[in-house]
Amino acid sequence: MPDVRFEKVEKRFGSRVILQDFTLTVRDGEFFTLVGPSGCGKSTVLNLVAGLEPVSSGDIYFGERRITSLSPKDRDVAMVFQSYALYPHKTVYENLAFPLQVRKHPASLIEREVPRVAGLLGLDGLLAKKPQEISGGERQRVAVGRALIREPQVFLMDEPLSNLDAHLRVQTRSEIKRLHARLKTTTLYVTHDQEEALSLSDRVAVLNRGVVQQVGGPMDVYRRPGNTFVARFVGSPQMNLLSGRLLPGSSPLLEVGSLRILLEPDPAVPAPPESPKAPQSVLVGIRPEDITVAKSSGSSPLTASLLDTEPAGSCSWATLRWDSAEIRAEAPADFSASPNQSVGLTLEVRRLHLFDAESGLRLPWQGVSLST
Amino acid sequence: MKSARLPSVGAALILAVVLAWTLFPILWQTITSVKPDTDLVQLPPLLPLHPTLVHYEALFQQHPFSRVLLNSFMVAVLTTLAALTLGMLAAFPLARLPIRGKTLVLGLVLGCSMFPAIVTVGPLFIIIRALGLRDTWWALLISHTTFALPLTIWVLTNFLRELPEDLYRAARVDGCSPWQAFTRILLPLSRPGLTAAGVLAFLFSWTEFLYAFTFTATEASRTVPVAIVLFPGLHEIRWGEIAAASIVVTLPVLVLVLLFHRYIVSGLTAGAVKG
Repeated sequence: MPDVRFEKVEKRFGSRVILQDFTLTVRDGEFFTLVGPSGCGKSTVLNLVAGLEPVSSGDIYFGERRITSLSPKDRDVAMVFQSYALYPHKTVYENLAFPLQVRKHPASLIEREVPRVAGLLGLDGLLAKKPQEISGGERQRVAVGRALIREPQVFLMDEPLSNLDAHLRVQTRSEIKRLHARLKTTTLYVTHDQEEALSLSDRVAVLNRGVVQQVGGPMDVYRRPGNTFVARFVGSPQMNLLSGRLLPGSSPLLEVGSLRILLEPDPAVPAPPESPKAPQSVLVGIRPEDITVAKSSGSSPLTASLLDTEPAGSCSWATLRWDSAEIRAEAPADFSASPNQSVGLTLEVRRLHLFDAESGLRLPWQGVSLST
Repeated sequence: MKSARLPSVGAALILAVVLAWTLFPILWQTITSVKPDTDLVQLPPLLPLHPTLVHYEALFQQHPFSRVLLNSFMVAVLTTLAALTLGMLAAFPLARLPIRGKTLVLGLVLGCSMFPAIVTVGPLFIIIRALGLRDTWWALLISHTTFALPLTIWVLTNFLRELPEDLYRAARVDGCSPWQAFTRILLPLSRPGLTAAGVLAFLFSWTEFLYAFTFTATEASRTVPVAIVLFPGLHEIRWGEIAAASIVVTLPVLVLVLLFHRYIVSGLTAGAVKG
C-alpha cells in the first residue's frame, strides 16, 4: 500500500481559499486524522483525495503515482460518509456488493466477499434488509463494509461517528481502531472531535482556516502544542491561557500575575533559545489537570477564589478567579466548597506552555520552579 | 377551545364555496350528458327524469371518437415519454455536474415556458408544414414536448437536487462513471419525481388545444379537445354529445390525479424525499 503525499495543494472556491499550501505525507498503513473546527477545510482534503473535487493547484500522489487529475473510479480509494450514503433502494447485500459489481468482478468473488465482510462487521442477519430498516449503528457498519469490501489502497472517513449517540460512538471508535490494526490500510480520517482524533490516530494534523497548524503524534500535539490555536483546540477542558511577561536575564523569569517562575531552555528543542533583551509579552498555557485545588488551603503560595465546581466523576473541574483572570483547575472528586471561598492551588510548573503573545507560536522555554 | 373551532368553521365554508365553484361545471356536464335531447333545453327538471346513455353511444357510433381518443392518448403518452427522457438528461447535469452558468440555463429554460403558445404557433406551423408533418402524431408530439419540457426540467432538476448529494458522491467513489452513477443510483431513486413530472406532462398534452387545433386536419391525428369543438353539426349544437365527450376525457385526468396527487404536490414544491 502506498503513502499519500500532498504537495502544495491549494483549493479555492472563487476568491475564497479553503485550503492553503497543504503539504503533508500520510505514511503507508498509517491511521492519520485531520482534526479542526467546522469549516477548517478538513473534509475538502478528503474530497480532493477521492477526486470528488478538483484541486486548484498542487499535486497529490499515491506512492509515485500522481493522481491529481484522475477520475474517482481510477484512484482506488473508498470512503465512509458522515451521512453513510447507503443506497436506499438496495438491500444491505446489494449495497456491499455494489463496488464489486461496478468494477465488474466475477459473481463468484462477490458471492464469497459479501458474506465475509458481513461476518467481519457482524452484519450477517441484516443482508436482506433495506437501509431504512436497520439502526444507525448498523448503517454505519454497512457503510464501513461497503468501503472496505474491495480492499482499497486508501480508506477515507468523513466524520463517520458523528451521527451515532455517545455510547455507540465510543464503542464503534474502538471497533474502527481494531479493524485498522487488522487490515493496515492507509486511512485518512476526518473529525471535529479532538478526543476522537487523539484516541484513534497514529498521527494527527490540526487544521484551522485551511492551514495546517501542527502535525504529530496524539501525545506530541497534546503535550507540546505548537501554537495557541492547537493549545486551545486540543484537550478537554480547554487549556487556560493567561497573559504574562518574560523578563530579561541570563535565564529568563516568567511573570504571570503575582507569580514569578524560573525558566530553562526546552531540552526538546535543539538550538538553545536567546533570552529576551527587553520584557516580552507572552501567553502562559496551563492545562486544567496541571493546576490542582489543594484539599486544604494551608501553606500554598497560590490562592484563588472559587466561582463554581462541576463534578466530572473521577474528578471535579473548578472555575476560579485568580488575580484578574478566570481559570479552570482540577479538584478532587469529592471536592465541595462554597463560592467565593479562597482555595489553595498546586501548579505543575514543568508543564507550563509558553507562547508568543503576538504570533501565538510556542516559545522554547519550560518552567523549572516558582521563584519567591 | 372555542376560538380553535371558529377558524375551522370558516375554513369549511370557504372550502365549500371553492368546491361548489369548481365542481359545478362538471356536475352540470354530467347531468347534461345523461339527459335525453328533449329535456336538454328545459328547466325544470334540473335532474334528468329519464337518465339515458344515448349521448355516449352516439359519441362512439356517429363520430370517430375512438380514433380521436387513441390519438389523444398516444400523443400524450409519447409526449410524456419524450419529455421525461429529455428532461432527465438535462436535469441530471443541471443538478449534479459542475457546469458553469447553471442558473442562467435554468433561467432560460423557464423563460421559454413564458412564451404564450399563440406567439409560437405560427412559426411552428411553418416548420411543421415544411417538414411535411401536418396532420400527424409527430406534429403534436414535437410541439407538445417543446412546451412540456421546461416544466419537466424544472421539476426533475429540483427533485434530483433534493436527493442527498452524498449518494452520487458515494457512487463515484465506489467506481461509477457519472453516467453509471446516474443510471444505477439516481434514476431508480427518481421514481417520485418522474411520476410528478410525467403526470404534469401527460395532463398538459391531454388538454392542449391550440397546437392540436392548428396542426391537425382530419381524424388521423385530431385530439379530443379539438374534436369536441368540432362536434357542433351543421344545424344544431349537440350539447348532449359534447357533455358526454367532456366527461369521457375528464375521467383519465381524474384517475391520474387521484392516483398521483401526492407526487404532483411534492413534485411542484420540489420534494420531500428522505435518503
